[in-house]
Amino acid sequence: MDSRENKKDLIQKRNTHQDEKLCGRREFLKGAVKAAALGGSMMMTGCGTSLTGSKEEFVLEWKEYFKGNYRLMTQEERDETVRRMERLAKLKMGADVKISSRGPRKQVLYGYAFNISRCKGYMDCVAACVKENNLDRKSKTQYIRIFEKEHGNMNVTSGNGKYFHEVPAENHFYMGVQCFHCENAPCIKACPIKATWREPDGIVVVDYNWCIGCRYCMAACPYWGRRFNWNKPEVPLKDLTRKQHYLGNRMRTKGVMEKCTFCVQRTREGKMPACAEACPTGSRVFGNLLDPKSEIRYVLKNKKVFRMKEDLGTDPKYWYFMD
Amino acid sequence: MKIPPKKGLISFVADVILWNISGGIRYQLYLCILVAFMLTGVYAYSVQFNLGLSATGMNNIVSWGLYISNFTFLVGVAAAAVMLILPAYISKDKDFYKVVIIGELVAVGALVMCLTFILVDLGGPLRVWHMMPVVGLFNWPSSILAWDVIVLNGYLALNTLVPFYILYCHYNYKPANEKRYRPFVILSIFWAFAIHLVTAFLYQGLPARPFWNNPLMGPRFLASAFAAGPALIIMILVIINAKTTFKIEKQTFNKLRLIIVISSIINLIMLFSEVFKEFYFPTHHSLPAIYLFFGLEGHNSLVPWIWSAISMNVLGTLILAFNPGKNNPKVLFPASILLFMGIWIEKGMGLIVPGLIPSPMGEIVDYSPTWVEIWVTLGILSLGIFVVTVLIRPALIIEERYSTGK
Repeated sequence: MDSRENKKDLIQKRNTHQDEKLCGRREFLKGAVKAAALGGSMMMTGCGTSLTGSKEEFVLEWKEYFKGNYRLMTQEERDETVRRMERLAKLKMGADVKISSRGPRKQVLYGYAFNISRCKGYMDCVAACVKENNLDRKSKTQYIRIFEKEHGNMNVTSGNGKYFHEVPAENHFYMGVQCFHCENAPCIKACPIKATWREPDGIVVVDYNWCIGCRYCMAACPYWGRRFNWNKPEVPLKDLTRKQHYLGNRMRTKGVMEKCTFCVQRTREGKMPACAEACPTGSRVFGNLLDPKSEIRYVLKNKKVFRMKEDLGTDPKYWYFMD
Repeated sequence: MKIPPKKGLISFVADVILWNISGGIRYQLYLCILVAFMLTGVYAYSVQFNLGLSATGMNNIVSWGLYISNFTFLVGVAAAAVMLILPAYISKDKDFYKVVIIGELVAVGALVMCLTFILVDLGGPLRVWHMMPVVGLFNWPSSILAWDVIVLNGYLALNTLVPFYILYCHYNYKPANEKRYRPFVILSIFWAFAIHLVTAFLYQGLPARPFWNNPLMGPRFLASAFAAGPALIIMILVIINAKTTFKIEKQTFNKLRLIIVISSIINLIMLFSEVFKEFYFPTHHSLPAIYLFFGLEGHNSLVPWIWSAISMNVLGTLILAFNPGKNNPKVLFPASILLFMGIWIEKGMGLIVPGLIPSPMGEIVDYSPTWVEIWVTLGILSLGIFVVTVLIRPALIIEERYSTGK
C-alpha cells in the first residue's frame, strides 16, 4: 500500500512539474501525440497492444514512444521513464519490476580476464547470464559463447561453439567470448543515431528504446558480440529477474539490438557480473582496472595475457590468460 | 503556333494523373498487375511487422539479406543517371538531351525502392523519427550510415526537382531557363558519385568484414553501376521505342552501348583483380570468397548464383562489345538484360551475404530468403516500376507536345 501511495505522489509531482514548463520539447511532442492519435491507434494495434487495453496503458505507451535518447535525458526525465516502464511492466505482464537508472561509479573502469587453462566448458556462466539478463528463451539468445578448441590451435575462428557432450573433452580447451567492451568500438562508430555508446565506466550500452534496428553495429563488430531481437523476446514470468537497469537487463522489444553489459544492474551496485559469480572453476576475473589492488590488475601484471584480434586496434577491455 | 494561357500547378498534377489513367486497356492491365504485386508486398510486410524480422531468413550470423542486397544494387542504378546527365547538360549532346529526363526519372524510381528497402529492413520502422533533423539524433560525421541517409535523400530531392522544373516549363510551352537549373544539375553530378561511394564505404569501412574491407569496393561500385544503370535505360528505351510514338535514334542506343561496354570491361578487370588477390594466396580473410565461389564445409547456396552471374556478365559484355545486331534493339535488349541481371546478382546477394559468412567466430550457415522476404521484395520492385512508369508516361507526352507545339 505504501509503495502505491508513493507512486501516486510521484505521479502528481511529475504532473505539476510538467505544467510548470512553458513550451519545452516535451510539450511540443505532446501536441504531436494528439495530432497523431488517429493514425496512432492503428499503429498501436500493429505494435501488438490491443485497443481494449486500459487508457492508462495507452497514455504511458505514447509517452514512451516520444521520449528522447537516454544519454540526453536529465536525471528527472530518466526517473520518469523508469517509473512509466515499471508501471507498464505491471500492467502488461503483471510483474513488479524495479528498474534502476543508476549512473557509473566514480574512478571505475571495468575490465575482464578469462583463464583459458582453467575453463572446463561447463557453461554455468551461460545459464547464469541467460537468467540474470532476461534473455529471450524462445530464440535461445545467449550473450556468452563458449568455443571448444583443440590443443595446438589458437586460431580464433577454429572453435566449435556447439558441443553437446561431456566436458572437459580430452585434448581440448575452452574459450569464452562475449562483448569485449572495446575502447575504440567499431559498433559505436557505426550506429547512425547514437543509440549505442560507451559509459564512463567502460561499459558499452544500447538504448533499447532509441535503437531502430538497422543492424549496422552487428556488421561492424569483429567479435560477434551483439544480438538482435528477431522476435518478441519471451521470458516466463516465474523466471523473470526483477531487479533491472535501464541500460541492462530490462525487457527488450522485438527489433532492437542488445548485448552483454557486464551486468550493469549488478556491477554498478558493487556486485560481480552473473557469469563471473557463477563460474565453478574460477576462470573469470572481473574488476576495476583503475584500482591497483584489484584482481584484474594482478592478472594483467603477473600473467601472460593476450586479446582477441589485437591487430584491429579496437582496444577491448577483455583479456585472455593462462596459468 | 498559338501560345495557350499559363496553366498552374493544379492543372499540371491533374493532367499527369489524367494521362496515366487514360492509357489503353493493356496499359491499364499492366498498372493493375503492378498494384496487385504491391498489395501482396504490403500484406507480406504486415506479416513481418507483426512477427518481427524472424519472419525473414536472416539471423544473428547473416544479419543482412535480400533487402540490403537489393538496396545496394539499386543505389547503383540511381547513380547511373549521371551517365546521361553529364553528356546531356554539360557537353550538350543532342541525343542524350532528348532522353536525359528518362534517366532522371529512373533514378527517382530507383531511389524510392532504395529507401523502401531500408525501411522494411529496420527492426523498428516506427522509430525512424530518431533519424530526422531536430527531433532525432544523428551520429554524423562518424557513422557512414548517417551519411548515406543524407546523400540518398538529397539525391532524390535533386532528381525530382530538376525534371519537375523542366517538365513544368515545357508543360506551359516555355523553354526551361537553363541558368536556374544548371547549378542543381552540376550538384547532382557530384552527388551521384557521392551516393555510390558513400554506399560502398558503408561496407568498405568495416575491418570486421575482410570481404568488404577492400579499397576497390568504391571504384567497383561505380563501374558496375555505370554498366547496369545504362543497361536498364537501354531496356526502357527499347520498350518506349516499340510501344509509344516517342522515337529514339539509333545513335542514342550506340552511345549508351559504348558507355556500358567501357564500364563493364573496367568492372570485369577489377573483379579479376579481386579474385586474383583472394585465390593466388588464400588466407584466412579469403574464406568469404571461397564460400561464395566454391562453398565451405558443404555450405554452397551461393555457388550456382555467382557462376551464373559471372557468365551472364561476360556474355552480355561480349555481345554489347561486338554488337552483332548493329544496335538493333532486338539484340541490345536481351544483352542488356543479361548484363543487368548478372550485375544484380553479383552486386546484390553475391556481395552482401558472403561478407557475413563465416561469422567473425568462424561459424558457417547458409542464408535463403523466406517467402515473406521475397514477396516484400517483389512488392518494392513493383513499386519502383510503377513510379518510373507513371512518371515517364506524362513526361513523354509533355515533351512531345512541347516539341511539336500542339
